[in-house]
Amino acid sequence: MSVGLVLANAVLVDPAGGIRTGSLSVAKDRIAAKAPDGAETIDAKGAHLAPGIVDLGVFSVDKAACIAGGITRVALMPDLSPPLDDPGLVQRSALAAKPDLWVHPLAAATRRLEGRELAEYALMVRAGARAVATGRNQIADSGVMLRVLAYAASQGLTVIAHAEDEGLVRNAVATAGETASRLGLASGPARAEAMAIARDLALVEETGAAIHFRQVTTARGLALIRVAKAQGLRVTCGITPAHLLLSDIAVTDFRTFARLSPPLRSEDDRQACLEAVADGTIDVLCSAHDPRGPEAKRLPFADAEPGMAGAETLLALGLGLVRDGLIDLPRLMAMLSANPARIIGVEGGSLGEGAAADLMLFDPDAPWIIDGSRFAGQAGNTPFDMLPTQGRVLKTIKGGRPLG
Amino acid sequence: MTSPSNFPHRHLLGIAGLQPHEISYLLDEAEHWVAVNRRAAKHDGRLAGLTQINAFFENSTRTLLSFEIAGKRLGADVVNMHAAQSSVKKGETLIDTAITLNAMRSDVIVIRHGSSGAVALIADKVDCPVLNAGDGRHEHPTQALLDALTIRRHKGSIAGLTVAICGDVLHSRVARSNILALTALAAEVRVVGPATLIPDAIEAMGAARFTDMDEGISGADVVMMLRLQNERMDGAFVPSPREYHALYGLTYERLKRAKPDALVMHPGPMNRGVEIASNVADDVNRSVIAEQVEMGVAVRMACLDVLTRGRRGIAA
Repeated sequence: MSVGLVLANAVLVDPAGGIRTGSLSVAKDRIAAKAPDGAETIDAKGAHLAPGIVDLGVFSVDKAACIAGGITRVALMPDLSPPLDDPGLVQRSALAAKPDLWVHPLAAATRRLEGRELAEYALMVRAGARAVATGRNQIADSGVMLRVLAYAASQGLTVIAHAEDEGLVRNAVATAGETASRLGLASGPARAEAMAIARDLALVEETGAAIHFRQVTTARGLALIRVAKAQGLRVTCGITPAHLLLSDIAVTDFRTFARLSPPLRSEDDRQACLEAVADGTIDVLCSAHDPRGPEAKRLPFADAEPGMAGAETLLALGLGLVRDGLIDLPRLMAMLSANPARIIGVEGGSLGEGAAADLMLFDPDAPWIIDGSRFAGQAGNTPFDMLPTQGRVLKTIKGGRPLG
Repeated sequence: MTSPSNFPHRHLLGIAGLQPHEISYLLDEAEHWVAVNRRAAKHDGRLAGLTQINAFFENSTRTLLSFEIAGKRLGADVVNMHAAQSSVKKGETLIDTAITLNAMRSDVIVIRHGSSGAVALIADKVDCPVLNAGDGRHEHPTQALLDALTIRRHKGSIAGLTVAICGDVLHSRVARSNILALTALAAEVRVVGPATLIPDAIEAMGAARFTDMDEGISGADVVMMLRLQNERMDGAFVPSPREYHALYGLTYERLKRAKPDALVMHPGPMNRGVEIASNVADDVNRSVIAEQVEMGVAVRMACLDVLTRGRRGIAA
C-alpha cells in the first residue's frame, strides 16, 4: 500500500453535488485533508476526478474490464455456475479480484436460484454477501417472493429483483412488436415488466422490505415506480445505457449482441426511460456486464445467450446523457456510484474526507470508437460496436493505488 | 459489362429486401421452367459441374425433394445433408458446419433450419450463394414465390386481389414470406386466425387482422390455408382440433363467403379435417394445392439458375 497520493489539477466531481477544480489528497487508502510526506503526486492536467463506479449487478468478475471502465466495486449477481447460494461460494467470490477490485456478492434469494426454497442469507452475509438477488429471472411463485422479501427485510437486506413476469416471457427472446413479428422471434409483451413490478410492490407494502429493480425499461414499469416512491415505499431502480440508447430495432438482422435480458423495448418505452432518468425516477445506471464469447453469441438469435459486455462503455455512454442535457455531471456520478453503494450498503460514491480512496480519473470529452474486439475484458459482445463516443477513463484508483 | 442486373442479390434469404420487380422477374423466369417441366425431356444441363448442397437441419420431405429435383433437372450434382445424420447432433456449432460446407466448395447451398435467422448466419460464412428453404418462423421465400406464381397464372395478375391467409400465422414462415411478397405485388392481404395465433403488430407488415373466419374470407380471391402443428392444438394455443375446425376449418359452407372463383391453397402437408375439409382440398375446380407443388419445382429451378449465374460467368 502506498503511503499516500496527491491528485493535482483535477476537476473534482462530487456525486453529492458540486464540481470544483483543485486537488485531492489520499492517505493510505482513504481520502484525507492532507497527504502524508512522501506521497506521490499525479498531475491530472485538468482531467475529471470522481468516485470509482459501483456497478450494481454484473455476471462475471471481469477485472480487466472494470479497471478499463473506472469500476472499483461490483455487485456480483448470483447467477454463476454453481449459483451463489452457499456461504463458501460467496466467500470465494468476494476474494476473487483482490486487491484490484471490490467484489460484493449478491446472495441467491433461493437455493439453486430455482425460486422455491430460501437460501442462507445470514450465513452468506457473514461470508461477504451484501444483498439478496432473485437472479436473471423473476421468482414466479408469489408466496416464495413474499417470504424472500419478509426474511430479507428481517435481516436488513435489500432484495435485487428482476422485473419480468415469468409466465409472460417464458421462451421469449424479444419484446412483442413489429420487429419481433417481422423476424419471427418468440416474444413477450412489454407489459410483463409492469406486471412483475406491480406484484413485487404489493409484496413490499406487505412486508416493509427494501427492493431494487435492477433494470426497469418500460413506461408502465417506471410509472409504477414513480407512484411507489411517492408513497414512501423503499423502492429503487436501475437501467443500462443499452435500454436508454437502443430500441428493439437494434435486433433487426438478428444481431445477437443486442439480445439482452430484459430485451430491448419499443422507441416509446425508450423515450420514457430517458424521461425517468431526467426526473430522478431511475436511481442507478449499471452495465449489466455479461461478457459472452462467440460460443454463446455466434448462434441463431433464439439460441444465443442474452447479455452484453458493458463495463468498458458504461462511463462514456453515461456521459452522453450529460452531453444531451438530460442530467448534470454530479447526478451521473451519483447514479454510477453513490446511489448503488447506498442501495447495497457499501462504501463508495463519496469524495469526502475519510471516504475510501476508490476513484477514477477521466477525460469526459476524449473521442473514441467502441470496438468490442479491442476490449480489455473477457469478451467484446457490445451492442454498441463501432459507435463513435466520447469520454474515457484515464486511470482507475483503488484503495489509493493507481491500477493498470 | 455494366448493364443493370435483374437480380442483384448474392443470396435469397427472404422476400424482405426484394423489390417488386425482382419478385416479378423470378416469377417470369419460373414460367420458362414450368414449360420445360411439362415436357417429356425435362433435363437442362446449365448447372452441369456445379455442386448443390441441400443442408436440412429440420425435417422436410416435400421441400427437400422439390429442391433436389430442381437441381437435378438443371444438371447440378445434388447432395443432401440431413441434420439427423450430421455432426450437428454431436454438438458442432452452426458456424463450424457452415465452414465445413464451404470448404467442400459447393456452388450453391440450400438451407432449412428451425431457428429464425439461422440461414443468414450461415450465408455470412460461405463463399457461394445461399437459398433459404425455411428458417424458423422467419421466412420461406421460395414458398411465397411458388404461391405467387400459382396465383398469377390463375388470376393473370396479383395487384388488387384480396388474399386471406388463414390459420397459425404466429408460427408460420410461409405466412410471413407471403405477406411480404403479396403486399409487394399490391395485393390486399388479410390474416385470419385465433387471436392466440396472430403475431403482434402484423398490421405494420401491411396485413389486416381478422379473428372471424367468415368475415376474414368474405369476398376473397384467394384463401390460403396454413398448417396447424399438432402440438399447438392441445390447449396451448387452441383448445382442441375439433374446436379449431369448427371456427377456422375451411369447409364448402364457409368457402361460399369468398368469391365464387376463389382459389384454395395450402402449402402442405395438410391436416385434413382440421384446417381444411377433405372435399374442399380435393376439389379440382377450387383447390390448386397440387399445382402449388408443381410450381415449386419451377420456382426453385429459376432461383438456382439466377443465383448461380455469377459463378457460371453469366450476367444476371
